[in-house]
Amino acid sequence: MSDQPPPRVRVTGPPRRRAHSVRSAGTREIDAETALGEVFMRSLLREQLFLALRVLAALAATVGMLPLLFHLIPALDDVRVGQMPLSWLLLGVLTYPWLVLLGWFYIRRSEAHERDFADLVGSVDERDPADPR
Amino acid sequence: MTTDVVPGLVAVLLVSLATLVIGTWGLRISRTTSDFFVASRTVRPRLNASAIGGEYLSAASFLGVAGLLLTFGAEMLWYPVGWTAGYLVLLVLVAAPLRRSGAYTLPDFAEARLGSRGVRKLCSVLVVGIGWLYLLPQFQGAGVTLRSTIGAPPWAGSLVVAVVVLASVSPGGMRSITFVQAFQYWLKLTALLIPVFVLLAVWLADGAADPTTAAPSSWSVPLASPGGGIGLYTTYSLIVATFLGTMGLPHVVVRFYTNPDGRAARRTTLAVLALLGIFYVLPPVYAALGRIYAPDLVEGRSDVLVLELPNLMVGGAVGAVLTGLVTAGAFAAFLSTSSGLTIAVAGVLSQDVTGRRWGSFRLGGVAAFRVAAAIAVVVPLLMSLPAQDVAVARTVGLAFAVTASTFAPLLMLGIWWRGLTPAGAVAGLLVGGLGSGVAVAWTLATSASSGWTSALLGQPAAWSVPASIVTMVVVSRLTRASVPAHAGRFMVRLHTPEVVELERG
Repeated sequence: MSDQPPPRVRVTGPPRRRAHSVRSAGTREIDAETALGEVFMRSLLREQLFLALRVLAALAATVGMLPLLFHLIPALDDVRVGQMPLSWLLLGVLTYPWLVLLGWFYIRRSEAHERDFADLVGSVDERDPADPR
Repeated sequence: MTTDVVPGLVAVLLVSLATLVIGTWGLRISRTTSDFFVASRTVRPRLNASAIGGEYLSAASFLGVAGLLLTFGAEMLWYPVGWTAGYLVLLVLVAAPLRRSGAYTLPDFAEARLGSRGVRKLCSVLVVGIGWLYLLPQFQGAGVTLRSTIGAPPWAGSLVVAVVVLASVSPGGMRSITFVQAFQYWLKLTALLIPVFVLLAVWLADGAADPTTAAPSSWSVPLASPGGGIGLYTTYSLIVATFLGTMGLPHVVVRFYTNPDGRAARRTTLAVLALLGIFYVLPPVYAALGRIYAPDLVEGRSDVLVLELPNLMVGGAVGAVLTGLVTAGAFAAFLSTSSGLTIAVAGVLSQDVTGRRWGSFRLGGVAAFRVAAAIAVVVPLLMSLPAQDVAVARTVGLAFAVTASTFAPLLMLGIWWRGLTPAGAVAGLLVGGLGSGVAVAWTLATSASSGWTSALLGQPAAWSVPASIVTMVVVSRLTRASVPAHAGRFMVRLHTPEVVELERG
């Protein structure tokens, strides 16, 4: 019985992430905190912040102006829409759909910004024709 | 009298039972510490939005708003409007970044962003303080409700709420309480909506009398009394407190960590906006009908308007069923808000107090959470027993002013401004917290008076919020050298969508 046990073979699976070779250069610029990565991040932050401020400005210019409006024009207190006082109609009913509308607008725009950002950092490629992106 | 108590008693028993059953059902799928704190972050936007709505609509919303509207009229519409608009501000400024920060609690966020144990400790103290401040009126409101509907002694309601909350929270944690709270949102909506249809039908059959003829002319003025400059200041200060205060409420913030990702966090918030909008249309109807049918409640007993209006307008068996329904809704309001706050406070306590090594002894994650939950409930319960007469909406308003002056500036600057330093955050938290805290403590301690002093102290947000923000910015600028080294990397984590593969620190 001279059978040798078969030699040990190291079994390895394929690499779980085809990480660095496939990742776009844009994300590596951000990871390395280079000047270009910094530009990407600053532009994303600026766009999202300005979007938020625009929505808040719309809120302030509508709902936020109501106290001032009713303060400056006391005659509004007696305005009726059907049987309902104007103040009750505005604050008790109409404000809520307006808030939902503003929120819906914000989500649409902010997700578009994030898609643009993903495209941008993905499209800064290494001029590698094998890169699927 | 004995038949009067039946609907209320049945309602309270059914709601408590349903809460425990759903909580126990959640226990079967709640296994890990992560399940306990954040339901392992797998809650979908619609379920999560119902849960947030259920948790957020407290006794102040269910009973308090209708009562305040009945007595004071349109100026009180700013409470529900502010409580809803707070979610829009939260959506555009913090929802997605907060979820992407990957932290469990507010102190976790502060520590991760600023890399400072000191800021973390201060935030923990604030979370526990605000949580207890908010739990106190819930327990007291429960006492008032049980006294009004079944004539129980005032401490009984507080005790029932505390026991049910503890029993449903400690076995299953966040996973099971998510289902409980989602159920309780729909219960609260149903409990207000169905009676509204019946009551409006009765009102139309009675000839649709105009409620405004039964009210003083100030009833349709959306400005705080006494009007003029003080009224304008008070109204705007309330707007600042409620619009900004929502994002800093510990029990609301902890819910955002249960979303799968930042995009889901945004969608959840939009759904919450819609759910709250639907709910808050209803209390004004009760208030308007109350002007016609319940003039006796206007002075002093307006808090029980929602509970008593069905009986006053309909009576008989239908009235009894409707009374049972609104009592069930009110009790669900106490239970859900208290559970959410207990989870939030217990989450912080178990990380910073009960989960720590005491000598050679150290509790495991789940055991530490259970001990912390017990502490989180028992302390405000004991505090609520001696004083049963504090107005629910007043204490809740206080909590909003404090969170708007502390956590709101920390979150806004922490998320959008790289330059925030630990020293700046601590200084701003102290200025905002002490300023608003002292002002409101003074207001609660002294009897109501009029004039600018009481307006400035009674509604401090309009000055305490800017003071806190300015302090954070100025002190951060002065200590510019201590901007955390990882601030840039943390901004990447907060603001980049998850689909982009990045190093997130």
